[in-house]
Amino acid sequence: MHVASLSLTDFRSYPAVELDLEPGATAFVGPNGQGKTNLIEAVGYLATHSSHRVATDAPLVRQGAQRAIIRSVVVKDDRRALIELEINPGRANRARVNRSPVPRPREALGLLRTVLFAPEDLALSKGDPSERRKFLDDLLVARAPRFAGVRADYDRVLKQRNALLRTAATTRIGRRRGSRKQDDDAAFAAAGAGDVMSTLEVWDSHLVRHGAELLAGRLDLVEALRPLAAKAYATLAPSSAPAGLEYRSSAGEDQADDKLSTDVSVLGINREDLAERLRAGLAEVRQAELDRGVTLVGPHRDDLLLTLGDLPARGYASHGESWSFALALRLAAYDLLRSDGGDPVLILDDVFAELDDQRRRRLTDIVAPAEQVLITAAVPDDVPAQLAGSRFDVTEGSVLRVR
Amino acid sequence: MYEGVVQNLIDELGLLPGVGPKSAQRIAFHLLAAEPADVKRLAHALLEVKEKVRFCRICGNVAAEAECRICRDQRRDPQVICVVEESKDVVAIEKTREFRGRYHVLGGAISPIDGVGPDDLKIRELMARLADGQVTELILATDPNLEGEATATYLARLVKPLGLKVTRLASGLPVGGDLEYADEVTLGRAFEGRRLLDV
Repeated sequence: MHVASLSLTDFRSYPAVELDLEPGATAFVGPNGQGKTNLIEAVGYLATHSSHRVATDAPLVRQGAQRAIIRSVVVKDDRRALIELEINPGRANRARVNRSPVPRPREALGLLRTVLFAPEDLALSKGDPSERRKFLDDLLVARAPRFAGVRADYDRVLKQRNALLRTAATTRIGRRRGSRKQDDDAAFAAAGAGDVMSTLEVWDSHLVRHGAELLAGRLDLVEALRPLAAKAYATLAPSSAPAGLEYRSSAGEDQADDKLSTDVSVLGINREDLAERLRAGLAEVRQAELDRGVTLVGPHRDDLLLTLGDLPARGYASHGESWSFALALRLAAYDLLRSDGGDPVLILDDVFAELDDQRRRRLTDIVAPAEQVLITAAVPDDVPAQLAGSRFDVTEGSVLRVR
Repeated sequence: MYEGVVQNLIDELGLLPGVGPKSAQRIAFHLLAAEPADVKRLAHALLEVKEKVRFCRICGNVAAEAECRICRDQRRDPQVICVVEESKDVVAIEKTREFRGRYHVLGGAISPIDGVGPDDLKIRELMARLADGQVTELILATDPNLEGEATATYLARLVKPLGLKVTRLASGLPVGGDLEYADEVTLGRAFEGRRLLDV
C-alpha cells in the first residue's frame, strides 16, 4: 500500500499543508526543528492512532487550535480510501472513511499500516520493559484490531483493581489506628476490609480472563517475530552473536529456576493454562499487593527479553548492537505485516544519520524494495543514493517539492 | 461570563449529565425568554420530584409510595428477580413486556475507581429478599461493561451457597443487524456465547 496524499489542518506546527505523494522513496529534507518529523508523525498517527513521540494527544494540536485533522488517500491494490481523522485532545477522536463517519475511530485502523523507525527506537533495546510491551501491543493491534479492545479492557480492569488495592491499603492503616482509638472506627474499617477481599476475587477473575487473552496474543506474536528478528539482526550485524527473543512473564517470578519457569512460551499457547498461571501468580503475591496497593502480576509487568548469544542485550550490548537490535525488531514487524498481506508503508525518521556506513548500506538494501518509503533527513547526504526518489524541502513550516 | 444570576443558572445547568457549556447557555436563555408560568411549572416539578419521589423499600426502584408499582402488583411472579443497576433499566426491560417477575435495583455497579464497593449498593437488601427461599431464579441484568460484569460475577459468587438458578442476560449481535457491521468485540462475544441450535 502507499499514501497518495496527505493533508494536515492544525497539526503540530502546520496550520494547513497539502502534499501529493508517490510510491517509491520520498525524502523530507531540512534543518532540525522545521517540521519534517511532524509530517511523518501524522502518517504514523493515522495508522496507529498514537504518536511515536508523545503519549498524549495535546501536543499534536497546533497551539490555539481546538482540534487537528489528518486527511489522507491510501491506495492498496489499486483501491483508494480517503481516511480522515479528527484529533480531539481529552475527548474521543472522530474518523471518517470515504466521507462516511465510522462509529468508533478504531474501525478505521488497519486501512493504513506503517512501520516507523525513529531515533526513539533505541529505547526498544535499552529502555524500560514498557517500551517493549508497547511495541508488542501496537503490533498486535496492527495485525488484529480486535486486540485494541482486549488491551483497553485489560487496562480498565487493572485501574479498577489498583484502585481497590489502594483502598485496601488505607483501610488496613485505618484499622490499625482505629483499634487504638474508637471501637466504632475499628468495626467500620474491618467491615470495609472484608468488602475489599470479596470484591478483589471478582477483579482477579476478570484480570485473569483479559490478561490471559492479551498474554496469548503476545506469545503468539513473539513466536512469529523470533525467526524474523534473528534474520534481520544477522543481516544488519553479521559479526555479532545471534539475536534471540524471550517472553518473560511476571507470573512465577519468585520461582528459583527463573529462566525456564518465566519463559512461558515453553508452556505452549493455551489460554486456559495461561489463565491458571496468572491465577497462581496472583495468589502468590496477594500479601505484597495488599501492602503496596498495586497489581504485581499480569501482562502489564511482563518483559520481552532480548538476547545476544547467551547474554541479555540490555546492559551487555554495545551502542551499535543496541541500535541494530532495535532496527531488527522493526524490520521483523515489517516482515510480519507484509506476510499478512499488504506491504506496509515504511517510515524512516532521521535514522540514517545514526548508523555507520555498513549498517546504512544493509538497511538500505532491505528497505529499498518496499512499495513506499518515507524518509526524513537533516541534510540531503543522509539519504542513501539508492533511496533518492521524490524530495521535499522543509523549512520554517513550508514544504516545497524539489523533485 | 454573564451577569451573576444568569451565570449561576448556566453553571448549575452545566452540572447536569449530558449538558455541556454551550447547551447550558442555550437552555438558560430559553428559560429567560419563556413565560413566567412555564418556568414556575418547571421549578415546581424539580422541587416536587425531590420531595415526593421515594425509593421502593423492597426493590429500590423509584416509587411514589413506600412500595413501587411492580412490587405491589400481585400478578408479578415472586419467584424470579431481575437485578439491574438503575431504575431506568427497569423501564427499559418493562418495555419488552417479556419479563413478568420482580426487580431489584442496585443503584449502580461496583467500581473501585469511583469508590463504589458492594456496601454502597443495595446488595444487603437483595440478600434479605432471597433469605426466605421463595425466589428460585436470579437474572443478572447489569450493564455488559467491565463494571457491570464484575458486579454480576460478585453477585453470582455471593448467592452461590443459596443454590438458586442464576442467569446472565445474553450479549452479542443485535437483532435485525448485519453480521458485517458488528464490531470485533461484540462479534467475539457472540462467538463465545453461541448456543446449540435444536431442530
